[in-house]
Amino acid sequence: MSDQNYNFAYLDEQTKRMIRRAILKGLAIPGYQVPFASREMPMPYGWGTGGVQVSAATLTPDDTFKVIDQGADDTTNAVSIRKFFERTANVATTEETAKADVIQTRHRIPEAELREDQILVYQVPIPEPLRFLEPRETETRKMHALEEYGLMHVKLYEDISQHGAIATSYAYPVKVEGRYVMDPSPIPKFDNPKMDMPAIQLFGAGREQRIYAVPPYTKIVSLDFEDYPFEATKAEHACDLCGSTHSYLDEVILDDQGNRMFVCSDTDYCRSRRAAGHVGRLGTENELEASA
Amino acid sequence: MTPLLEVRDIRKTYGSFVGCTDVSFDLYPGEVMGIVGESGSGKSTLLNCLAGHLEPDQGQVVFDTLADGPVDTVTMSEPERRMLSRTDWAFVHQHARDGLRMSVSAGGNIGERLMAVGDRHYGNIRDRAIDWLGRVEIKEDRVDDRPTAFSGGMQQRLQIARNLVTGPRLVFMDEPTGGLDVSVQARLLDLLRGLVREMGLSAIIVTHDLAVVRLLADRLMVMKDGHVVETGLTDQVLDDPQHAYTQLLVSSVLQV
Amino acid sequence: MIELNNVSKSFTLHNQGSAVIPVMEGASLKVAPGECVGLVGASGAGKSTLMRLIYGNYLAASGQILIGDVDVAQAEPREILALRRETLGYVSQFLRVVPRVPTLDVVAEPLLAVGVDQAKARDKAASLLAQLNIPERLWSLSPTTFSGGEQQRVNIARGFAYEYPAMLLDEPTASLDAKNRATVLGLINAAKARGAAIVGIFHDEAAREAVCDRFIDVTGFSPQVAA
Repeated sequence: MSDQNYNFAYLDEQTKRMIRRAILKGLAIPGYQVPFASREMPMPYGWGTGGVQVSAATLTPDDTFKVIDQGADDTTNAVSIRKFFERTANVATTEETAKADVIQTRHRIPEAELREDQILVYQVPIPEPLRFLEPRETETRKMHALEEYGLMHVKLYEDISQHGAIATSYAYPVKVEGRYVMDPSPIPKFDNPKMDMPAIQLFGAGREQRIYAVPPYTKIVSLDFEDYPFEATKAEHACDLCGSTHSYLDEVILDDQGNRMFVCSDTDYCRSRRAAGHVGRLGTENELEASA
Repeated sequence: MTPLLEVRDIRKTYGSFVGCTDVSFDLYPGEVMGIVGESGSGKSTLLNCLAGHLEPDQGQVVFDTLADGPVDTVTMSEPERRMLSRTDWAFVHQHARDGLRMSVSAGGNIGERLMAVGDRHYGNIRDRAIDWLGRVEIKEDRVDDRPTAFSGGMQQRLQIARNLVTGPRLVFMDEPTGGLDVSVQARLLDLLRGLVREMGLSAIIVTHDLAVVRLLADRLMVMKDGHVVETGLTDQVLDDPQHAYTQLLVSSVLQV
Repeated sequence: MIELNNVSKSFTLHNQGSAVIPVMEGASLKVAPGECVGLVGASGAGKSTLMRLIYGNYLAASGQILIGDVDVAQAEPREILALRRETLGYVSQFLRVVPRVPTLDVVAEPLLAVGVDQAKARDKAASLLAQLNIPERLWSLSPTTFSGGEQQRVNIARGFAYEYPAMLLDEPTASLDAKNRATVLGLINAAKARGAAIVGIFHDEAAREAVCDRFIDVTGFSPQVAA
């Protein structure tokens, strides 16, 4: 599979070194956006070029690599990135969260709790949480430097005044270790509480040329109001395949009559539960169909 | 009594062009000072130097802070100065859109300074926003509308509410009634006068409109070519101008 | 209470060949508390100029203008402002107000400026307006739309709302009918009785005789023509 015409993990060693320095700086200043010289990657912006560069700088030949997109291992984005590293780095890949050393993700945190020896790499489209209200980069940098974060609450205020509740449901802003306000990438706010985890979390924004990081066991607080506290919401259903009541669900439309089902967005988590004998409302039937 | 603001020998140049120079004055609590002069006289440059938007080449702007007493705001650290401009200071721009967030609702605009100083209770923030809308004569049911849906006069009043909500002690105003209809100007002036008296505000108002300063300002400073040519009581400067330029300025006003 | 020593005033017209026009020289007068002094002299003799000098509206060229212990000729703007707020009242011939402000608030303003609470200030304003026969239905309107006589009465009510220890009255009874003139003279006499020192200009001779204790002819303060 491996193509020996590529340097390990596609990027040249100098570039990986530059990215590693940015990662280390990010880890040293949790939540701070470190500028880095993002490279052109053989895939379009918006397809995870930032995450891929961070993964490339993080992987070693012995690592096992996993990629998820919206929780799933088998979507186009996940498959192509996995294939990219199989070809350029010749690393082992897996769909099982527990077996992976490096997990690149778009829009989800795996349901299974991660360990200290794992690294979670996020793909980030817009790293600046203040961008919504303040278009000037010079000004947002100053606001971070001086901890002027009132504007972040203006966004939440607008949410409540327009929708009666904080309607921001993904990319929900957090404060990292009591200092920097950070965009956790477009993960659902359901995942926010999981960010206080044993694994290292790295964030790469290719187009915006920023890397930031959260070290293990870092305190992450989702911003809110005293009278409108943060809530990690999900659909009020159980998974129709594995019966899980505490995982984040995708809604699937089944037919034109409006029938629908809810399934775990984390496909590996759902599969492992079903393997262990858990069955949801539509679980058995579908299993039979699938195996038929 | 300690002056609220002591300005000493402020000078700002743009290359060889003098923006303003040799400006010194004291402003006491509750005083409203007008700065008049024609376009290019340096009055806006001076105001921006005082408010910390421009760094003067030399001079001191000493503000009597609540916590530490008189401090030179030119040499204080940027975080301190920015904190000051969110709490004890306010700046009312000539164009409301320079001072408002046009994509944020009226309530959010007023609430921003409260949230910036740490208020984290939505209900309280909203109540105070509505209270301030009332004080600047905007109906409560407009609280969730964006300023883009407001008239020019309403935008200006919203800007004033947004600035005064944290109870500042010093307000800088740059042509606050410029570009408004005459009838709207009168309403705004009346409102400002009331707020200045009720809140005991000190203010520095830059304008070229002598009628505005006659109604709002206790004291007047006349500028020409970057220099202060005359200062004094507003009515004395307007009724008995001493300097040639002031005489020209006063006599040039069209009588209605 | 009011004391002028050797005050002079000239206007320099920079834009008309820097012509210097002397208008007053050697003006001296003294008014004790409870005393009302009338300024007399022909039109243009400098009665209004003298009033404006005392009020600080015109800048004196030399001399002393003492109100209590403040020298208006030398004082800082803020000292004059405090003086005008607390000590020295001025009823001019013209009402100058922000358009749109209700009459009641216009009259109450001098009280609010010295910290009297809103309700008390409005009560006092209402009683003065009633005394001066301004119909109650006009109180909530801006006086800018009133007739000349009404405006003048509003101006007087405003001038007498706060009890100034020193007052300047410029033609307070001009163009008033007999009934209102009597009210105004009553207000002036009441101010004298509580100890106010008053300098006034009265063209109306009957009014002059009714309130003034003595007269000063300002013609004596005119500069001698090209001596």
